[in-house]
Amino acid sequence: MDVKSPYLHPEYETLSREEINKLQTERLQETINRCANVPFYAQKFKEMGIKAEDIKSPADIRKLPFTTKQDLRDTYPFGLAAVPLTDCVRLHSSSGTTGNPTVILHTKNDLDEWANQVARNLWMVGLRPDDVFQNSSGYGMFTGGLGFQYGAEKLGMLTVPAAAGNSLRQIKFIKDFGTTAIHAVPSYLTRLYEVMQEQGVDPRKDTKLKTFAIGAEPHSEEQRQRIEKMFGMKAYNSFGMSEMCGPGVGFECQEQNGLHFWEDYYIVEIVNPETLEPVPDGEIGELVLTTLKREAMPLIRYRTRDLTRVLGRACPCGRNHVRLDRMKGRSDDMMVLRGVNIFPIQIEKILMTFPELASNYLITLSTDNDNDNMTVEVELAEMFTDDYARLQSLTKNVTRALKDEILLTPIVKLVPKGSLPVSEGKAVRVVDKRKVYQ
Amino acid sequence: MKQLSIFIENKRGTLLTVLNVLKEAGIQIIASTISDTQDFGIYRIICDDPERAFIVLKEQGITATITDVFAIQLEDEPGEAARVLALFAEADISIAYMYSFLLSGKGILVFRSSDTERTKQVIKEKSLQEF
Repeated sequence: MDVKSPYLHPEYETLSREEINKLQTERLQETINRCANVPFYAQKFKEMGIKAEDIKSPADIRKLPFTTKQDLRDTYPFGLAAVPLTDCVRLHSSSGTTGNPTVILHTKNDLDEWANQVARNLWMVGLRPDDVFQNSSGYGMFTGGLGFQYGAEKLGMLTVPAAAGNSLRQIKFIKDFGTTAIHAVPSYLTRLYEVMQEQGVDPRKDTKLKTFAIGAEPHSEEQRQRIEKMFGMKAYNSFGMSEMCGPGVGFECQEQNGLHFWEDYYIVEIVNPETLEPVPDGEIGELVLTTLKREAMPLIRYRTRDLTRVLGRACPCGRNHVRLDRMKGRSDDMMVLRGVNIFPIQIEKILMTFPELASNYLITLSTDNDNDNMTVEVELAEMFTDDYARLQSLTKNVTRALKDEILLTPIVKLVPKGSLPVSEGKAVRVVDKRKVYQ
Repeated sequence: MKQLSIFIENKRGTLLTVLNVLKEAGIQIIASTISDTQDFGIYRIICDDPERAFIVLKEQGITATITDVFAIQLEDEPGEAARVLALFAEADISIAYMYSFLLSGKGILVFRSSDTERTKQVIKEKSLQEF
């Protein structure tokens, strides 16, 4: 470990694209061979006539079948294990609120590689062994706990498993232990700041805090900036999912221009969730990940259902690993209207740029005179005028901005605040009344 | 003059909801007008207590605002409205919307103009009587 180096693993982090391609090809072949021990994959490969030597480049991954969350459920608990259970040392499981839980197994090497990914990320944003890392994330089955714990320890930091909640104790730890970095969900940091204010603690003067890792819940760029401004320090976006290991899969570098996804560990694809064909860089699609190093439970072309897009690869930080945009929502939410794929998040993004509008909206798809139409009802934030012309020009401007984004002209309707249904938890944003679906 | 402007969704019953809220609060409506467009309406009301009406509507989650409008008292004779409007037209002031009502034998002309300051000036210069 050279504490002056910006890279923890320069041999992997600074690979050129050609080198990444070569490494991925080798590792994908190894992964296919490991999958021979998994009846689920062995049978599919046999049916499709796939052999490891058919893989000549990472693009050949398109010859391989997808894996879905349902496949994980159907093979619960150990059906996708590629090694005997005696070689596994850990399992993480989802809560299973919507069916069978999903189980992910890890060998000792898997845990070690997972810790390497997290350590690499934390190093990337400037943390070193003399930092004090407080992990204010849930522990237990939630991978954000042990994932960051092992990673921070691997880097060599003094690591405080503070776990989630109890803000007064968190603040005491931060002050007493000289905490310099925290990992937490973004909404918790806002809460922590409020408690600091109540307690008369100024994070700039009274603590040594300088860095946050935030993730595990969707948040906007605006929310990140709010956190950074509040505390006067940097907050880096972390991507993880338990199916891959947990946190570590992707992380922002100090450029904060997308999350680097580690292509020595994963093959990253962005596909159209309908056709499953790859989409061009810059276009939103579903993130599909293939593990390249996992021993206990390799996953081939796992459909994450998360929507994102490729921002680029080469980065001023010196890394060429693909940079992805923050997650844009879930592919389950995609609408197809007159052949155009539209995600509610695209609509939301545009509506949020109008201060006259409130945050509640409803998209209705309907068939009128054999034409499929989209109606966007959006609540007025307040009655900012009593002038028809101004209200109508607002409607017109919203319509035009939406058309520029989705390439179709929706019918925009302003509605009074509070008139759209608000559901508990996840709001219902799309109602499909089209004939074809009835 | 304070006018209450209420955003009305084009849906059966919304107008009644508003009127019921005002009824419960004992607000008396002096004059009102509503115009229809395809998607929404603005219900404009002159009432005895616009501030309180605004508060009770807001408490019920009804989108409203208080707007300053002009209310000019007219003589009860033919051509009076034309005479007054001509004064504004001469001063190059346009009318965004207008409605009128009778109160104790007096005609009242309510309107919002394109230029508040100049309208005030005309009212002063021509000695028009505000309601």
